[in-house]
Amino acid sequence: MATAETVKMINLKINGFPVSAPAGSTILEAARSIGIEIPTLCYLKEINEIGACRICMVEVKGARSLVTACVFPVAENMEVFTNTEKVRRSRKLTLELILSTHDKNCLSCVRSGTCELQQLCKEFGVDDPDYYAGGNVHYAFDDSAAHMVRDNNKCILCRRCVAACDMQCISVIGANARGFDTHISSAFDKDLADVSCISCGQCIVNCPTGAIVEKDESAAVLKAINDPTKFTVVHTAPSIRVTLGEAFGYKIGTNVQGQMVAALRRLGFDKVFDTDFGADLTIMEEAHEFLDRVQNGGVLPMITSCSPGWVKYCEHYYPDLLPHLSTCKSPQQMQGAIIKTYYAQKLNLDPKDIFVVGIMPCTAKKFENKRDDQHAVDDLPDVDVSLTTRELARMIDSAGVYFRDLPEEEFDNPLADGTGAAVIFGATGGVMEAALRTAVETLTGEALQNLDFQEVRGTEGIKEASYNVAGMEVKVAVASGTKNAKILMDKLARGEADYHFIEIMGCPGGCVNGGGQPIQHAVVRNFHDLRAMRAASLYDADRNLPVRKSHESPAMKLIYKDFLGEPGSHLAHELLHTSYVARPKYK
Amino acid sequence: MVKKISKIPFEGTPEQAQQLGAVIAQYKHDPSQLMTVMQKAQVIYGYLPYEVQVMIADGMDLPLERVYGVSTFYAQFALSPAGKYSISVCLGTACYVKGAQGILDRITELLGIAPGGCTEDGLFSLDACRCIGACGLAPVMMINDEVYGNLAPDQVAPILEKYRKTA
Amino acid sequence: MTLNELNEMQTQAKAKLTPGDANGPAIRIVVGYATCGIAAGARPVLQSLRRELESLGLQNVLVEETGCIGMCQYEPIVELYAPGQPKTTYVRMNAEKAARVVHSHVANGKLVAEYTIGAATGEAAEGEILPLTETNFYKKQRRIALRNCGVIDPESLEQYIAMDGYQALAKALTQLQPGDVIQILKDSGLRGRGGGGFPTGLKWSFTAANQADQKYVVCNADEGDPGAFMDRSVLEGDPHAVVEAMALCGYATGASEGYIYVRAEYPIAVKHLETAIAQAKERGLLGKNIFDSGFDFDLHIRLGAGAFVCGEETALMTSIEGKRGEPRPRPPYPAVKGLFARPTTENNVETFANVPQIILHGAPDFAALGTEKSKGTKVFALGGKISNTGLVEIPMGTTLREIIEEIGGGIPDGKKFKAAQTGGPSGGCIPESLIDTPIDYDNLTAIGSMMGSGGLIVMDEDNCMVDIARFFLDFTVDESCGKCSPCRIGTKRMMEILDKITEGRAEMADLDKLEELAYHIKENSLCGLGQTAPNPVLATMKHFRAEYEAHVREGRCPAGVCKALLNYVIIPDACRGCTACARVCPVGAISGTVKQAHIIDRDKCIKCGACMTTCRFGAIEKK
Repeated sequence: MATAETVKMINLKINGFPVSAPAGSTILEAARSIGIEIPTLCYLKEINEIGACRICMVEVKGARSLVTACVFPVAENMEVFTNTEKVRRSRKLTLELILSTHDKNCLSCVRSGTCELQQLCKEFGVDDPDYYAGGNVHYAFDDSAAHMVRDNNKCILCRRCVAACDMQCISVIGANARGFDTHISSAFDKDLADVSCISCGQCIVNCPTGAIVEKDESAAVLKAINDPTKFTVVHTAPSIRVTLGEAFGYKIGTNVQGQMVAALRRLGFDKVFDTDFGADLTIMEEAHEFLDRVQNGGVLPMITSCSPGWVKYCEHYYPDLLPHLSTCKSPQQMQGAIIKTYYAQKLNLDPKDIFVVGIMPCTAKKFENKRDDQHAVDDLPDVDVSLTTRELARMIDSAGVYFRDLPEEEFDNPLADGTGAAVIFGATGGVMEAALRTAVETLTGEALQNLDFQEVRGTEGIKEASYNVAGMEVKVAVASGTKNAKILMDKLARGEADYHFIEIMGCPGGCVNGGGQPIQHAVVRNFHDLRAMRAASLYDADRNLPVRKSHESPAMKLIYKDFLGEPGSHLAHELLHTSYVARPKYK
Repeated sequence: MVKKISKIPFEGTPEQAQQLGAVIAQYKHDPSQLMTVMQKAQVIYGYLPYEVQVMIADGMDLPLERVYGVSTFYAQFALSPAGKYSISVCLGTACYVKGAQGILDRITELLGIAPGGCTEDGLFSLDACRCIGACGLAPVMMINDEVYGNLAPDQVAPILEKYRKTA
Repeated sequence: MTLNELNEMQTQAKAKLTPGDANGPAIRIVVGYATCGIAAGARPVLQSLRRELESLGLQNVLVEETGCIGMCQYEPIVELYAPGQPKTTYVRMNAEKAARVVHSHVANGKLVAEYTIGAATGEAAEGEILPLTETNFYKKQRRIALRNCGVIDPESLEQYIAMDGYQALAKALTQLQPGDVIQILKDSGLRGRGGGGFPTGLKWSFTAANQADQKYVVCNADEGDPGAFMDRSVLEGDPHAVVEAMALCGYATGASEGYIYVRAEYPIAVKHLETAIAQAKERGLLGKNIFDSGFDFDLHIRLGAGAFVCGEETALMTSIEGKRGEPRPRPPYPAVKGLFARPTTENNVETFANVPQIILHGAPDFAALGTEKSKGTKVFALGGKISNTGLVEIPMGTTLREIIEEIGGGIPDGKKFKAAQTGGPSGGCIPESLIDTPIDYDNLTAIGSMMGSGGLIVMDEDNCMVDIARFFLDFTVDESCGKCSPCRIGTKRMMEILDKITEGRAEMADLDKLEELAYHIKENSLCGLGQTAPNPVLATMKHFRAEYEAHVREGRCPAGVCKALLNYVIIPDACRGCTACARVCPVGAISGTVKQAHIIDRDKCIKCGACMTTCRFGAIEKK
């Protein structure tokens, strides 16, 4: 990295104000540095710098035409004007053109209020949305996939979804055809369910409009809540407590656990549990499995299986490497399995009458629920419905619950009381750190002096570390985002990866940046590291919890004593472990 | 420009697969040669159906969507087979100002297909193209490799009839 | 190859080409065998020549294929070189005529005057021979880029070398520094012939100034203007000129690899390029250590696949990389980050074709031609409503009137000139009032058109300017890559407004909307395609506003082109009642009894015009 002294500073003027920006900065960045926001639609820093939407046009003195602030580099003595009559007119006209191809059923669109196009239309006074009305191609809805719905009639071709899909090295959607007929679709316009989409949902969180949204399953949840024969149990993934608040205007990374629990009660759930329980259980099982593999010559490195996007990725793209995947179900599924067995017995309920809802940062969880290898009880899914953070926020809104005024409440017991190890599952490296806390103490039989495994923290795509544990060198790697997973998997396939244990999360940065998390405008994403801000809050929570190791959790001690026996026991295997299938790339 | 995806079942021969395999083997280390491979594949198969694009994607180790995106961007790539006689009416400027649209309209009327289409019997496919470089003969059309110049709309029917008879 | 070997080869090759030379043929015959020549029927002509020569047992007559001679209208063309005679140009040949030329001219030295160009154009008195160079079509031309087209066998390296081929490269590699080459180009005033007219020497100097592990030279041979074909002609007729120029560019800018991106629709050009590259490699004119200078240069061909936008330099490079040919924002400019993210110099075929001549003969020769800011010559593809269609290369500064009336032979069928269109879909039209404008980059831009790649389409009173604007916009709508919003959506909306106008559904407010949109697209589009796409509309609106208004206010197409505004009517007095029209009418809209005036039912009529072309008595008119 270049130091401050080596970076040349460029002096320019924006709207008459002097600015000094590092060489190589764009006009957009320079303007931002003095508090001037230039609107964008297609721009996503580093992943979609294509200058296609033409919303960020600004005037540069002496330039032949308007220039795109998002990609145009600053130059010495440049004079930029971001808010002239000409600029505003141009933006308005471009918006009018975009609107002429946009399905404007804004009143009930789920993105109403978070739609970037809507906001810009308001800002630039687009008073006649039909000013350039004309012929349009009508696109069929694609709701074939378990996790999301694509409506190209709302697509503005900013290609942020394509960039997100490419960033994940999946590339199942792209721009097809040409000119006015250009549209985003899969090859041969096949349904999303028929291609090797991993359901990560990164396209959704990056979509500025309602063209790509999660498949909303809140109706099924409401129905269950209102069904007197159903006992509804909800549990919330570790990261939700630090992201849900964003949907209600809280600062990014605010921990709203108490209000979240209160809100869920007010929605009418019979019990509100913490998926941290499932996470601790995962550590118990996974650490055991890992030690078993190490001691008994099992397949190494072992790779985590908490992230259903990552699991689906491995099934489509690296089926030969599936034996490396831990057989542990994800925390959500473990939680559901325990609810429908142990907890059902405890309450003397027929598992059929229990409706389990997971509140997840993740769209792939919706796919995970539909896997046929996720049944602890007969043909019942472990989890009936997974809702994303966004769906929950909308349910809270529509139920008339005023989130900001809620008191802080506690999770229900006994399936709560998560440890610090569980809460950090939401950040990349968290599972690894949690597993290390347990595995190291198990192997050495001694209490760890320092519980913070800094080497595996942080937002870098791939992190590697090596630990000397009881005389044995344990090499670990952590990857987030399937692009980074691919790097590790290729290394593994070539026989060049001598790790023992790998943590992989499907989304870059892990669950805090999952495809089910609250929408943040690109303007926010471009200038803030959402991943780091949300993760920091999880590490704070970890630090402040009384128990920070899964194996020391009273809830774990109880469940093994009461029900499961030992980690890796026959019953544990039956309920908490799963299998994988090779999936074709094409259907 | 939306290309019609053929619904005719794909029938590739082992010889064709072998030829394409050889092409891929030659270029697979250079992803920038994707279009070259696609062009050669189209020579082998006549068009680029799903099955052929899958072979190319796998062979070149590229996402299928990338191949498809390229195939739908460039006018040259076909997603459905051409007719036995492929008619191209030049709509270059020189031909247009000399009445090429009238030629195209007449063919459309006679064959009952729009540009980009193929007759049901598979005999004729019709395309409008941009300047085949025979501006001196404007307006012109090509049927397979044969060039017909200085056309008037009423000359079209007898020319098509000639092909229909020899078919 | 060494410099000495090159010179030796040139001497020998020259002799072999010269009729009457001890080492040359008795007579040399060339047949124009470019795409247009073949389309017009050159193949049977060539076969006939060979067959007749053989049947007469005539030895030592060299019959060769050559590139485009430039006069499309008169293809197939055969030219005959005999000692002591000016070149004889036979036009509109067929197999029989070719046989007669062999029997008469070749065998007996008797020229067949009635087949020659002078007779065909009517410029020569009966029985007299007018050399091609003295015809109106030719005499104002100065051939630099096209100098070898129609002269040499494009598949012969020797013949290229005979015409000073590779001497410029030899000179540069043995006598000049890279900076000298760039300076000569700067001094020559050569500007890019592909459209924008950017100074070539300056462009090269930008790439030269950047350091990189690899740099590239790219030749844009994706000639996209649907009315221009000079690049195809150069590649078909003189491919080595481009190869040599690209090597020169590589030397000047520090690039060791080049790519030629050529339209797949140009199979002959591709074949000739492949031959030329293979020959150059074989003789060491490409490859390692060329002329023992230590300079390495290699060339690759990539085929385009039908996308006009790939004429835009960044789109072209993206396409060479095997992707959808979508442009990307500049900066970074290709000189900094071009092909494969390396510094790259891109020029089109015609630009390159000028380079060897400039380097060989020096900047002053070239700069002596043309106007103050546009030096040298420009090739135009003359087409449309003009007597002599074809390729002409004229000094910059020639007026449009000279091109149309003298070189082009005027408008056929006694029709009146209406406008000339330059710059293709990116350009505009020039009305009669501006016909005396000397043609160069800046003048064309000033009058709302642009040089473009050199398509020059002439329109007469029968052409509707709204329809022409619609034609070009239809093209850009079709060819818009779809990446940026203003071009993708805006051109489509403009097209819809033009549809309304040509169908009589528009209001005057639509004209304002059209104009507003046109300026918006120009100002806001990502690449040159969008930035220039509205030009045909803006130019016609500027010069032919009345015609637009006639469509809108009166629901009338003054030129009688826009179908929806037309009615076919039978003039009762002229109709003989032959029933021919009623029989051809595809929708049964014509009724009447035999030998009595017929009538067209307006409601049924689909305005196909079949009746009018069928009527032998001129009894049907469009109103």
